Amino acid sequence: MESYIGILVLVAVAAIVCVAMVSLSWVLGPKKVTPYKSSPYECGVTPEGSARERFPIKFYLVAILFILFDIEVIFLWSWMTIYRDSEVSFQLFSFIEMLVYMSTWILGYIYAVRVGAIDWDETTSLDPAKLEDTVLPKLEAKPVLQPATEGS
Amino acid sequence: MFVIGVVGVIIRRNPIVIFMCIELMLNSVNLTFLAFAKYGPATANADPYQHAMAGQMAVIFVMAVAAAEVAVGLGIIMMIFRSRSTIDVDEVNLLRG
Amino acid sequence: MPEFNAAFPLPREIDFAMLMPVIMVLVTGMIALVIEMLRPKQNNNLIVIFSIAGLMAAGVATAIQFGQPEKTTLVEMVLRDQFGLICQLLLVVACALTILFSETYLRSRRIAFGEFYPLVLWSTAGAMIMASSRNLLVIFLGLEILSISLYVLAGLARAELRSEESSLKYFLLGSFASGFFLYGIAMFYGATGSLDLAFLANGLTGNPAAKTLLVFGIGLMFVGLGFKAALVPFHQWTPDVYQGAPTNVTAFMAVCSKIGAIAALFRVLVAAAPMKADWLPAMMAIAMLTMIVGNAVALLQKDVKRILGYSSIGHAGYLLVGLLAYVNAPDQVSIATTGYYLLSYTFMTLGAFAVISVVTKDGRDTTRLEDLNGLWQRDRLAAVLLVVFMVSLIGIPPSAGFFGKFFIFQDAISAGLVPLAIVLAISSAISVAYYLQIARAAFVVETEPRPAMRMSPALRATGLICLLGVVLAGILVTPVQRFLMGTPAEEPMEASTTGLVGKG
Repeated sequence: MESYIGILVLVAVAAIVCVAMVSLSWVLGPKKVTPYKSSPYECGVTPEGSARERFPIKFYLVAILFILFDIEVIFLWSWMTIYRDSEVSFQLFSFIEMLVYMSTWILGYIYAVRVGAIDWDETTSLDPAKLEDTVLPKLEAKPVLQPATEGS
Repeated sequence: MFVIGVVGVIIRRNPIVIFMCIELMLNSVNLTFLAFAKYGPATANADPYQHAMAGQMAVIFVMAVAAAEVAVGLGIIMMIFRSRSTIDVDEVNLLRG
Repeated sequence: MPEFNAAFPLPREIDFAMLMPVIMVLVTGMIALVIEMLRPKQNNNLIVIFSIAGLMAAGVATAIQFGQPEKTTLVEMVLRDQFGLICQLLLVVACALTILFSETYLRSRRIAFGEFYPLVLWSTAGAMIMASSRNLLVIFLGLEILSISLYVLAGLARAELRSEESSLKYFLLGSFASGFFLYGIAMFYGATGSLDLAFLANGLTGNPAAKTLLVFGIGLMFVGLGFKAALVPFHQWTPDVYQGAPTNVTAFMAVCSKIGAIAALFRVLVAAAPMKADWLPAMMAIAMLTMIVGNAVALLQKDVKRILGYSSIGHAGYLLVGLLAYVNAPDQVSIATTGYYLLSYTFMTLGAFAVISVVTKDGRDTTRLEDLNGLWQRDRLAAVLLVVFMVSLIGIPPSAGFFGKFFIFQDAISAGLVPLAIVLAISSAISVAYYLQIARAAFVVETEPRPAMRMSPALRATGLICLLGVVLAGILVTPVQRFLMGTPAEEPMEASTTGLVGKG
């Protein structure tokens, strides 16, 4: 347990300092809210419009897809680090495995394209109905909004 | 960091902030993993190579999972925001009983 | 870095037979997605047929492994043992049944997205992964695959505020819980230097700091898994999410998420058995609370799905009793008891939700108790099925629910956990009231005219299969148990079992 006393002390000090700083500034600090103060700071320029304006959703979807496809790379990277120095049988094996892995990503990509998630042009598929979809979990894809098959 | 995340989840009302706090928790886990991987386990009888490897791989997997969660979570939050133009968790309370 | 590679474990031998079920389910999901892409805006029958075929193949691949010795493969990341196999098989069956009755339900709610099927399949695969590993990281990945798909599924009825809300709630609390689980893993890793539960003993020897870390780690893992299994201090999300999600998703969630969580809990508990003294009292308290709260609060509910939500909390409590009994006395008690209970739980819960999904009106779910009124007039079969499932959920012989409960009761006593057994008996007595309430609602004569509530053929098939499962598992207790054990050897409980069958 001795080896952890240092950490515990550090945790305690950190907690005390955090709590003290937040609560003291809250207790002692003057609380004058002027309209000027509560207006958003935009590099000294008078703010225009509401800061809560909504961004076009296309950014959001593309951003999310970007995150997913971005994270994919770290697996490739960790594979690559041991690939070169390993023996041939492992190289072959893991290469095939990686092909399988990549093909699932490509499947997801095709899906995203088909659904119209990354069409930049609003006229094609970015009607709001299509966009409010959730992006899919594990395998990068995105559920389509599909008009219900009625009368069947 | 983990505690900040937990407290944040409990006291904040905005799902996005709650969500950020959850991410904070996951990142604190990553840090913990890396710290343990770097400084060795608290026990002596573990294979050092495997040990370090396991920790680092865990971080990578956690990052991937966190990314997937971000994607889904933001999707759900957007969906809610679109249909009621608020995402305050106190106002999302149709299900009670 | 040659020496580095020497230390890095390479998967030299892979037993693909062991991996096949999971791979099959995953690939079926992907192919279902491809079919979805190729045939947009048409009906999903092809996907349904294909998914069920894939699941059947996976089921066969699982079933042929029954009775084979325990084994690990893929650098000890995948473990095959009897309980894992039972869970996998049940998951596959549950998934197939869900898919079977989903299409008509989704159409009647006007949310017939083809993506439902891949998501369900992947979610099942996640739960199967959870059931078949001892490696905490793999369990965590399975958990996430399971739950991330479920978050989306819960919000499937996007036009409906309640569905969205349940999705958000489930998502926020679920990821909160997985954060806890993950932190528990990190602690475990710190204490033992490994992610494999089998190395738990490492943390117990030597450094006392490691022991502390380990206790924290195990505790945090319990929190995370307890959330998934809806044990009591962490159960608040359950009724809300169950009520808000589309009924077929609720059915799936109630079964698969629970089986996955119980399987993972089983692994953690078994691994943590050497430090039983530290957690057994706490877990017993949790089990009792779960049974009592789940069943007592269900009495107050007015919505069928909420009632079933609370009842599933109660059932999680019973399952936990089974697990604790096994962990406490692995020599006297067989894990097949819990397996058997899971089996009966799968059939009766799925069946109950499937029948309830018939009460869809104008593309919405209305599942207050009154909405079941007149079911008997409209569709005799549906009412009968509902009654049978309720009877089984209550635990009246000769249904499977009775034997499941009875065996757990017996095990709890023979494992020396008498308080748990008593609470189990009391709480199932409480549960009679609300199950009967549901069953009675179906027989109240409805005066005002209503749109017909008729079961579609697929729903009828689902209901009948579940009925068959409940009844057959009840009648053929001994063979089923033997099958679950994977051994033809005689078991100590067999004598009492046959005696019971003779009586009932």
